[in-house]
Amino acid sequence: MIKFKGVNKWFGKLHVLRDIDLHVSPGEVVVVCGPSGSGKSTLIRCINRLEKFQKGELFVDGTPLHDHSTNLTKLRAEIGFVFQQFHLYPHMTALQNVALAPINVRKMKRADAEALAHEKLARVGLADKADAHPTQLSGGQQQRVAIARGLAMSPKIMLFDEPTSALDPEMIGEVLDVMVKLASEGMTMCVVTHEMGFARQVAHRVIFMDEGSLVETGKPHDFFANPQTDRAAQFISKILTH
Amino acid sequence: MNEFFIFFQTIIPELLQGTRVTLKIAGGALFIGFAVGLPTALIRVYGSPWLQLIVTGYINIFRGTPLLVQLFVVYYGLPDLGLTFSRLTAAYLTLGLNSSAYQAEYFRGAIQSVGEKQMVAARAIGMSRFKAIRYIILPQAFRLVMPSWSNEMISIIKYTAVVFLIAVPDLMGKAKMVSSRYFAPISTYIIVALIYLVIVGLATLILRYVGKRFETPGLESMETATR
Ligand SMILES: Nc1ncnc2c1ncn2[C@@H]1O[C@H](COP(=O)(O)OP(=O)(O)O)[C@@H](O)[C@H]1O
Ligand SMILES: [Mg+2]
Repeated sequence: MIKFKGVNKWFGKLHVLRDIDLHVSPGEVVVVCGPSGSGKSTLIRCINRLEKFQKGELFVDGTPLHDHSTNLTKLRAEIGFVFQQFHLYPHMTALQNVALAPINVRKMKRADAEALAHEKLARVGLADKADAHPTQLSGGQQQRVAIARGLAMSPKIMLFDEPTSALDPEMIGEVLDVMVKLASEGMTMCVVTHEMGFARQVAHRVIFMDEGSLVETGKPHDFFANPQTDRAAQFISKILTH
Repeated sequence: MNEFFIFFQTIIPELLQGTRVTLKIAGGALFIGFAVGLPTALIRVYGSPWLQLIVTGYINIFRGTPLLVQLFVVYYGLPDLGLTFSRLTAAYLTLGLNSSAYQAEYFRGAIQSVGEKQMVAARAIGMSRFKAIRYIILPQAFRLVMPSWSNEMISIIKYTAVVFLIAVPDLMGKAKMVSSRYFAPISTYIIVALIYLVIVGLATLILRYVGKRFETPGLESMETATR
């Protein structure tokens, strides 16, 4: 589904992705972790080409992303992206947030799109918040609307960039629950997170990044219990103690 | 007392004629200012570096020179280059372009305070740049720009008064004629001031009503910029 082959990226002189090789199968849930600044966001932002890369090949569902003639709008419509800070559209209600792209990108009729949006909001447990504006919702609710917004496009892949890092602790659970459900339904997911509980429960694989390299990859249980590298071991002890 | 009444009876209709011209020029200038200013702002934010440079130059020229000088250049200067305008056209054009430079700056500020992240979110879900601007950026920018735009409207209504200097019969122009005909400058100009005040007051109320209708939780208007 997602295939990185020797992908390299620089921000000016800063080498942020170094020879990334990674293969994600359909239905697989991959958790990406690593210290801040290690390139996790950049890595998953490459998957829908929110970031360009300079070297290597990347195929997403068979589409070559290193090819500049690739139709990005079409690609992005197939991939949901959930941001740390939600980035809902503040001038629209929850329902309008979810229905907008189906109407404008998928050319759905407004009534159909709104029915779809109601369905997706119900799926993330927010059936009763359809008419609320983002600022009238808690952080956890906003993030669930953001997930519904992605799901409304019937994506083949969902990408999450630290979806719970901006949330108060008591709201993390409600967002993770939605993600767990999504994973159990067979969605292909790449999740940047330090939530080890989530990784243990649903991830098929954990990937550890450091300084732009993919340092270690393994099954969640093995990775957390027996990290193979010192860097990973150090990182795990740090997130365990806080 | 009777004299006073007759004076009013004769000057008020004339001043109202002038008021109509003032309103037309203000409305036309604000419209031209919007129609030119909004695209200018979009180029200023999203355009290629070259276009940005040109547009910035345009904005700076109109914001950096006196309105009266602009009016005289358009009305008295451009005919030398073969561009001749009627008085009224020169008035619309000068005030309209002048306003477009200010409106461009206000829209630029509003667009930039909506933020790049909204654009990224829209692009990430497969919207084109154009659609993102149309459905995500501009609706928010319009709400944010309301206070500045309201000030711009007030400024333009007042600045229309300069057009009497190229003999356009606006409120100010009429006032000048009336006051010299009846040798009553004080009472005439007090009435004129009151008329301007009423126009500005009504226009502000209308705009405030429009603003209220589109009020959205979380999108409270930003700090106002003024001329
Ligand atoms: N737009 C950018 N321009 C320049 N440098 C950037 C940009 N975005 C990220 N970086 C840098 O790239 C590195 C990787 O960033 P990022 O992928 O956000 O890391 P992470 O998500 O793991 O914290 C960091 O050193 C960061 O400062
Ligand atoms: Mg990050």
